Amino acid sequence: MRRYFLRKLFIYLLTFVIAVTIDWAIPHLMPGNPVLTLMGRLQIQDPKVAQNVYHHYMRAFNLDLPLWKQYYYFWVSLLHGDLGTSILQFPSSVTSIIVHAVPYTLGLLIPATLLSWYAGNKVGALAARRKVLDNTVLPVAYALTATPYMWLAILLSWTLAVTWKVFPVGFAYDPTAQRAWTWTFVANLLQHWFLPFMSLFLVAFGGWAIGMRNMIIYELESDYAHYLEALGAPQRLVRKYAFRNAVLPQITGLALSLGAVIAGALVTEIVYSYPGLGYQIYRAITNEDYFVIQGIFLFIILGVLIANFLVDIAYLIVDPRTRIGMEGTKA
Amino acid sequence: MSLNVDGLRVYYRTLAGDVQALDGVSFAIADGEIMGLAGESGCGKSTLGKSLIRFDTRMRYVAGSVELDGVALPIWDNDAMTDFRFKEVSIIPQYAMSAMNPTRKIGRMVHELLRSRGMGSNGAESELKRRLDLVGLSDDVLDMYPIELSGGMKQRTVMVISTLLDPSLLIADEITSALDVSTQKAVAETLVGFRDRGFVKSMIVITHDLSILYQMADTILVMYAGQLAEKAPADTIVNEPWHPYTRLLISSLPEVGVRFAKKRLSGIAGRPPALLHPPAGCRFAARCPLATARCAEEPPFVEVAAGHSVACWEVAPC
Amino acid sequence: MSTPQVAPPSVDEIAPLEEPVTAPVQTMGGKREMLHFAVRNRKLVVGLSVTLAMLVFAVVGPFLAHHPPLEYGGKLSWAPTTKDGYWFGTTLLGQDVYAQFVNGLRLAFIVGALGGGIAAGVGMLVGFTAGYRGGVVDEVLNMLTNVVLVIPTFALLLVIAAYLKVRGIMMESVFIGLTSWPWAARALRAQTFSLVSRDFVGMARLSGRNSWQIIFKEIAPNMSSYLFMMFILLFGGAILIAATIDFIGLGPSNTISLGMMMQLSVQNAALQLHLWWWFLPPGLAIMTIVASLYVMNVGLDEVFNPTLREL
Repeated sequence: MRRYFLRKLFIYLLTFVIAVTIDWAIPHLMPGNPVLTLMGRLQIQDPKVAQNVYHHYMRAFNLDLPLWKQYYYFWVSLLHGDLGTSILQFPSSVTSIIVHAVPYTLGLLIPATLLSWYAGNKVGALAARRKVLDNTVLPVAYALTATPYMWLAILLSWTLAVTWKVFPVGFAYDPTAQRAWTWTFVANLLQHWFLPFMSLFLVAFGGWAIGMRNMIIYELESDYAHYLEALGAPQRLVRKYAFRNAVLPQITGLALSLGAVIAGALVTEIVYSYPGLGYQIYRAITNEDYFVIQGIFLFIILGVLIANFLVDIAYLIVDPRTRIGMEGTKA
Repeated sequence: MSLNVDGLRVYYRTLAGDVQALDGVSFAIADGEIMGLAGESGCGKSTLGKSLIRFDTRMRYVAGSVELDGVALPIWDNDAMTDFRFKEVSIIPQYAMSAMNPTRKIGRMVHELLRSRGMGSNGAESELKRRLDLVGLSDDVLDMYPIELSGGMKQRTVMVISTLLDPSLLIADEITSALDVSTQKAVAETLVGFRDRGFVKSMIVITHDLSILYQMADTILVMYAGQLAEKAPADTIVNEPWHPYTRLLISSLPEVGVRFAKKRLSGIAGRPPALLHPPAGCRFAARCPLATARCAEEPPFVEVAAGHSVACWEVAPC
Repeated sequence: MSTPQVAPPSVDEIAPLEEPVTAPVQTMGGKREMLHFAVRNRKLVVGLSVTLAMLVFAVVGPFLAHHPPLEYGGKLSWAPTTKDGYWFGTTLLGQDVYAQFVNGLRLAFIVGALGGGIAAGVGMLVGFTAGYRGGVVDEVLNMLTNVVLVIPTFALLLVIAAYLKVRGIMMESVFIGLTSWPWAARALRAQTFSLVSRDFVGMARLSGRNSWQIIFKEIAPNMSSYLFMMFILLFGGAILIAATIDFIGLGPSNTISLGMMMQLSVQNAALQLHLWWWFLPPGLAIMTIVASLYVMNVGLDEVFNPTLREL
């Protein structure tokens, strides 16, 4: 068991190191002096200010130092939590931007992922049993999973927010509202949260429902299911076993789906101007705010790695086969 | 009579039509009798075994009746059969190695199974331990997952579970096919032991291996292409078979001590007919050295001696 | 009937026939049988038809456009009309939505084919090699697969694309291809493992063929249906990923794609202005293509795998 975890940890650390290296390397691989390009984009009129910014960037990029030293300092600042400063939102640090945006993104991601996983599994299992349900649920699920996240967000926004005005159009809360932990404010937050959450939930739900339905059908055709039925076990018991066994690959699937769902969250935030990481990254890209882009990238990678690790632990707890395979048998 | 099967017809539904896998089968098994069911692949023996307890999704009941201990078995009705399964009729499946839920401890699975059948009392569970002990497995098995057991242990566990409620009829479907010879013998002895101790009343042992049947069965029923060829005491089938197919089958078995120079292994030329559109009349006629014009008509399965029935015009003319 | 008096002939007198009289067995050949089922499978037929219809639209459509996609010619925010060929209306800035749409459709198919193809290729390379060679090679490739699998490729693409000034559709496809292969590699590796232990591979090895010949002549053809279905999934996935990248603003420069149409419409407050002809068609097209690809895939699975067929 320990070997298993050490191995996984090693891969995750390796991945992190590679990601950081890529992150550091990219600006250096691009042709031209990135600082000058940055300067050109900024078009600062005042020469004194321009000078200051230039030196700041030279220092920030450590461009006066040999490459390996630059790499080293990159790691040093990273481990100090210093991801640089935003150009667009100068002088806010990238870290502070991330810290302010993360709660909103997590507030969308975590409920949407977990709820869609849960609901999708339940509905998929139901559809596997009843043909009638299967014929209605399946096409809908396929349509949902084939829908690009941002398009569903656009659709929901246009119909429910802009046209029928059931929900607000964007942002996390009413700009005029009082920012205090009162019920009215919380209600306001939820109102603004609902549509972006819904668009994430629906698309992910489709995928889980289809996956679970297929897994249940597969499990119901297994030898142990047939044996139980031959011994007269009620469908209830067989289905219970089938469900538990079908859920296992769905747990692994959770980790694999993270990349897609994060991308989905990012574009959904853009549609709703929801102030999470996606929104920030969009602004950063449109305004060529490179430090922010790089910082958010690293942050996302870290989050994904941690989530993967958690899923690995969960899987180990839930599947006796893997556990025993590692510990060795008692007999 | 313990088991009485009359005119059983069970077909498989396919896109191309019905495959007439079991076409008019009638026989009887007495209390305490172990009947071997032998024949080559595709002859319908597994179909017969399965139809007595649980139909596959593709199987279709066409005609015939089954009576166990004087009570009619509603084999065509999946829900009505539930009352009989495990209690009156039970099966040791071909896939015994993978018959148990891999993510459930064995003891827990058995407990949940019994409880779902309305027998949650401790009676059956203490009996379970006793029987496991009988087949040489310790109680600890109940606390393990199937993956922790060896193939042989899993097989024995399944044998114990299937017979836990003392069924009247036990169907053992190809349980020795994947085993080595010494294990085969051990399994055969265990099964006979079950019958002798009264755990099961009568048994149908399905296999293509005549030699194992000779060791353990009281009578042997030979099938060919979905129909019965011959039923007789095991001794008779092996030493004095009447039906041409049985005789060719026996003569094609290698004998210990016989060398190639003296006697070549002979098979039976040809293949069984496809059962999608089976030929009329005796289905073995095409490969039978005794075939005559009469064989265009299906021969009846008649009794030629006490406990010995044959379906052949030449050998058992009516 | 009375019990017969005749004793059966003794065992030695019975000998098996030399040549049996059996009627030939009538079965359908492998490929023909598959074609028979393929034509009757509703999912496959519907999915394939819709995909092909969209493909035809993508190929032919641009020739029917009256205006270049990026030209600011027409009236602003015109609803769909028959005048001047503005069948899908115009954008806020007076561009022909129909022209943009069919151009984007074409790009989507290109990205799907290229991106999906590259991903399939790399997946096959890695999967086959790992499965066939085993041992250290397998360990190393496995680690590589795991690393690429875990990295959220979208984030990676963001960083890379952000730094590139001029981006082309080729580059986008290559990126997508080089980052979506891990799950394909894993699946193919597992399949290769199961085939490698079979006898026909042993025979091929004995005959002296080298590894690549064996892989491509013996192993791959056995998985051809699986490979094809995998390609379809990668194709659909590539289209979705490309649309997302484009939406964020990292799409190909100097042209317009479906994702970019959605981006520009949102940026220009098309929702508030109810310019539905601008933002609805692109997403609808993507959903239609990808959904029909998925449905087609399910149908293919049923055709290739007899156990899934419904009676």
